[in-house]
Amino acid sequence: MNRLAIPKTYKLYIGGKFPRSESGRVYEVRSHQGDFLANAAKGSRKDARDAVVAARGALGGWAGATAYNRGQVLYRIAELLEGRRVQFVDEIMGCEGVNAAVANAQVDEAIDRWVWYAGWADKYVQVAGNANPVSGPFFNLSVPEPTGVVAIIAPQGNESLLGLVSAIAPALVAGNTVVVVANENAPLSAISLGEVLATSDVPGGVVNIVTGSPAEIAPWLASHADVNALDLVGAGELDWVELQISAADTLKRVLPPESGEDAAAPALSRILAFTELKTVWHTKALL
Amino acid sequence: MKFLDYAPAPESKALLSLKSDYGLFINGEFTAGRGTPFQTINPATEQQIAMIATANEADVDDAVSAARLAYDGVWSRLTGSDRGKYLFRIARLVQERARELAVAETLDNGKPIKETRDVDIPLVAAWFFYYAGWADKLDHAGVGPNPAALGVAAQVIPWNFPLMMLAWKIAPALAAGNTVVLKPAETTSLTALLFAEILQQADLPDGVVNIITGDGGTGAALVNHPGINKVAFTGSTSVGRAIARSVAGTDKKLSLELGGKGANIVFDDAPIDQAVEGIVRGIFFNQGHVCCAGSRLLVQESIHDEVIDRLKRRMQTLRLGDPLDKNTDIGAINSAEQLARIRELSDLGEQEGAQRWSSDCVIPQEGFWFAPTIFTNVSTSHRIARDEIFGPVLSVLTFRTPAEAIAKANNTPYGLSAGIWSDKGSRILAVADKLRAGVIWANTFNQFDPSSPFGGYKESGYGREGGRHGLAAYLKPAVRSGSRSINAADQQATPVTKKSASASKKSASAEKAAK
Amino acid sequence: MTSSPLATYQPDQRALALIGGEATDANLRRYLHGIPGIDAVGLEARAADLGTRSIKTSSKRWAIDTIIGLIDLTTLEGSDTPGKVRSLVAKALVPDPNDPGCPRVAAVCVYGDMVGDAVAALGSAHAAGGTEGVNVAAVATAFPSGRAALAIKLADVRDAVAAGADEIDMVIDRGAFLAGRFGQVYDEIVAVKDACRRVDGSLAHLKVILETGELNTYDNVRRASWLAILAGGDFIKTSTGKVAPAATLPVTLSMLEVVRDWHRLTGVRIGVKPAGGIRTSKDAIKYLVTVGETVGEEWLTPHLFRFGASSLLNDVLLQRQKMTTGHYSGPDYVTID
Repeated sequence: MNRLAIPKTYKLYIGGKFPRSESGRVYEVRSHQGDFLANAAKGSRKDARDAVVAARGALGGWAGATAYNRGQVLYRIAELLEGRRVQFVDEIMGCEGVNAAVANAQVDEAIDRWVWYAGWADKYVQVAGNANPVSGPFFNLSVPEPTGVVAIIAPQGNESLLGLVSAIAPALVAGNTVVVVANENAPLSAISLGEVLATSDVPGGVVNIVTGSPAEIAPWLASHADVNALDLVGAGELDWVELQISAADTLKRVLPPESGEDAAAPALSRILAFTELKTVWHTKALL
Repeated sequence: MKFLDYAPAPESKALLSLKSDYGLFINGEFTAGRGTPFQTINPATEQQIAMIATANEADVDDAVSAARLAYDGVWSRLTGSDRGKYLFRIARLVQERARELAVAETLDNGKPIKETRDVDIPLVAAWFFYYAGWADKLDHAGVGPNPAALGVAAQVIPWNFPLMMLAWKIAPALAAGNTVVLKPAETTSLTALLFAEILQQADLPDGVVNIITGDGGTGAALVNHPGINKVAFTGSTSVGRAIARSVAGTDKKLSLELGGKGANIVFDDAPIDQAVEGIVRGIFFNQGHVCCAGSRLLVQESIHDEVIDRLKRRMQTLRLGDPLDKNTDIGAINSAEQLARIRELSDLGEQEGAQRWSSDCVIPQEGFWFAPTIFTNVSTSHRIARDEIFGPVLSVLTFRTPAEAIAKANNTPYGLSAGIWSDKGSRILAVADKLRAGVIWANTFNQFDPSSPFGGYKESGYGREGGRHGLAAYLKPAVRSGSRSINAADQQATPVTKKSASASKKSASAEKAAK
Repeated sequence: MTSSPLATYQPDQRALALIGGEATDANLRRYLHGIPGIDAVGLEARAADLGTRSIKTSSKRWAIDTIIGLIDLTTLEGSDTPGKVRSLVAKALVPDPNDPGCPRVAAVCVYGDMVGDAVAALGSAHAAGGTEGVNVAAVATAFPSGRAALAIKLADVRDAVAAGADEIDMVIDRGAFLAGRFGQVYDEIVAVKDACRRVDGSLAHLKVILETGELNTYDNVRRASWLAILAGGDFIKTSTGKVAPAATLPVTLSMLEVVRDWHRLTGVRIGVKPAGGIRTSKDAIKYLVTVGETVGEEWLTPHLFRFGASSLLNDVLLQRQKMTTGHYSGPDYVTID
């Protein structure tokens, strides 16, 4: 006889915890065929605000960790994803209406991409930094550092897990903390990724995942003065120009929407988009 | 007599041959502007130097068209080495005419001749020299093999380092293969127009650099022009914000170098005489008209009185007066408008309860002047501790521990510069790590070099000028292969471009490039 | 800041009060290492900046005459003879025979055994510590190396004072300083100062040569300057002229800063003498500017500032002739001594 399954309650992931939306709202997540899959939390502006507070609080520790440590912590996530791949495959098949082979391929790529980014943690500074031969008795070095709190509208297209990973991993590499608004129609893998993060070595608050309506939440993040950068990679269907205009008020760094097969393709430039180059001068003298 | 009064040592104006009227420099020729001309004055005397043309929208359009034509027809087809040769020529011509440019800059801006002679103009030549060598090495700029120029760059620069800012903008843009429309600040157009003559001497192809003068309206028309691919702006944070709004939704690349409220942190083990010099250089260099000025002195409480006493003594030796005098340390404030702002904020400082002290110096009858001033007893909540004054006014705050120094230094929406003074190397490096600022000077201040990237965190802007990074700001990756695989991946994805109606509605009125 | 009780103390009491105990190596080390350090890049940049002052017309005229009046006209050669010293003294008294208005130099500086010849040559023009005429300075204490027993160094000083030297230019024991034996350096200066005492109880003026070229670092120069002043030196002097580099503008600036700080602390004014390597009036003017802007114009008096030089004088005279006549002069129009 068939055992009755225990369905999961999908909640938000903020500050290392899994709260319900403070608004108490949920929305139905349905399969490609229209079957009910789950009620996801419908995050509010206050949830976004809480997520920013959590991200700011976690920034010092994450940005201050050694690059080697960050690289290992990120790699550990890939290990855990591998171990829970069946769950992700199920959720992707459910939400996206693809077969197991396609879902598996997406999980493979998400994991590989995570590993690729993890390896950058202790290298991007070397590649993007510089020793500067200034004409004077000075030691002069330029190094990229994390920008701070990065708000991300995750890709809203077909590959929910891969899109999410492609957007958050590069921001994390440098030591930024992240508030991400998940794929609205396919949010389940995002929350499951949150569960992976919660059981990994990533400190609480480093990644904060809000499910719900990007159109509703994004303006609050774009205008939030304590958000330093805005990745609009998945905001192509929103009025993203308004978001960019709003972000200009506090001169946030903004990445525009991307679309198509290559959206959020893995690139060093995605890491560097959320870094600030710091140049340090120091006098040099024997006498 | 008093030796220290020094007899006047004015730099001769004889080597300058200025015209009474200057037109716009479009497509390699000077042409009359269609807007209303305005006068540029010497801020030290308030006397007119020349009349300057105003570019209206049609002129802006002509300039952008000329730049586009030059890009498509000439500049993008030249080899990198040939572009480099033009830049080398320009560098040499600037060196040859250095004294003339220094005098003109001092006349028009009000800054001391010793600064234009020893800092501004040498750096202009250095900037062109540095980027000249990059023009045929773009594969190493950090954006992948065969990077492409962006196209036409619109550049709007401020009045505090007129020709130097021009060099910071034009040199990397041309090296990367872009063509340029540059708008100098309204009060300091003169040296840009002399520079146009240098471009003619260098035989730079017509339209590669176009220089249009005018007020903020001209600047706004330029940055909002649909025919440009890049906007580079140095100036106030408020105008920078407006520009960021106006380019939203377009594919114009943007770099902004905006305001600052730099912290100059002096620890109790600092080399104290050099620290005092660094404080002076940090805030009184160029009358404090410096976006990266060390305008907040954070001094360890245990040495506060000692440092302030030494600082005041040192300030008494600063010589304010005729900017053309080779012994002048403090020149004129650039404009009546800026002087009013400095006065307003300084008066506010007093009202807020801070203690004001200015060095004794005779203020000339004509012109715009402000004596070197420090405020003690300043707390972090005071306006003079938060707002950029952009004048020779220092706010002094104290701290007790390194952690408190860092917290206070970072407690600002700006993040351009900071200074650290200590004999302890490990502490300097740790504090430098934690400061949220783009340029940090340890045991020195206000040093610039073309090989050294410069730019801000937070509301001080984004993008870097100088070095390899300053070059990359004018480049984009080669056309991508279309593969999504990791191996072929190190190129940017194609961004969506959607110039929405709302964006143009909210377009910036980039009033005036001030700062 | 100038009305300190330290002003009324005798030098030895003052040193005890400041050091906080006897002048032992350990106490002195603690004191000298507590003085803020010097960043060489900043110091040199400041000196270079002072060097860009443009001194014209009336300022330059004043500067040139002032420089002449601050010179210790020097001959310190193994080949010195009474004739050479007489010639030097003649030049000191009448630097420019064509211009009686030309000021005299501050002093002649010779080896101790030549003091008698210098005094004799000066005759009634011997200032003997006063302000009228020319003083006689003698290098002593086994100049230039300072490598001799203390008794010999002290005898060297006493002989020179007895012969009529108004000023003693001693060298510190750089070996002891670099080895950290600060107490020894201190004690030696105290002893030399005592040996400067004349029979009438008055003291010859004591200049303490640090030989900055051997101390090498600016921090060492600063510490040695404090040490020399604590021990009772009236002047601190850069160099013997026998070691390169001799006086440089940054080194002199760092010593002037010590003198300025000492004055702030105690109210007492100490003199500074850059020596060696200053050959042109252009260079000398940079020193005047540096003095004026660091310690103040009141230091530009022979009592508080000297140039140790020989060839400088003629370059200054050429400049002086140019300013008087309006055209450039040449080396045949100034005298050799």
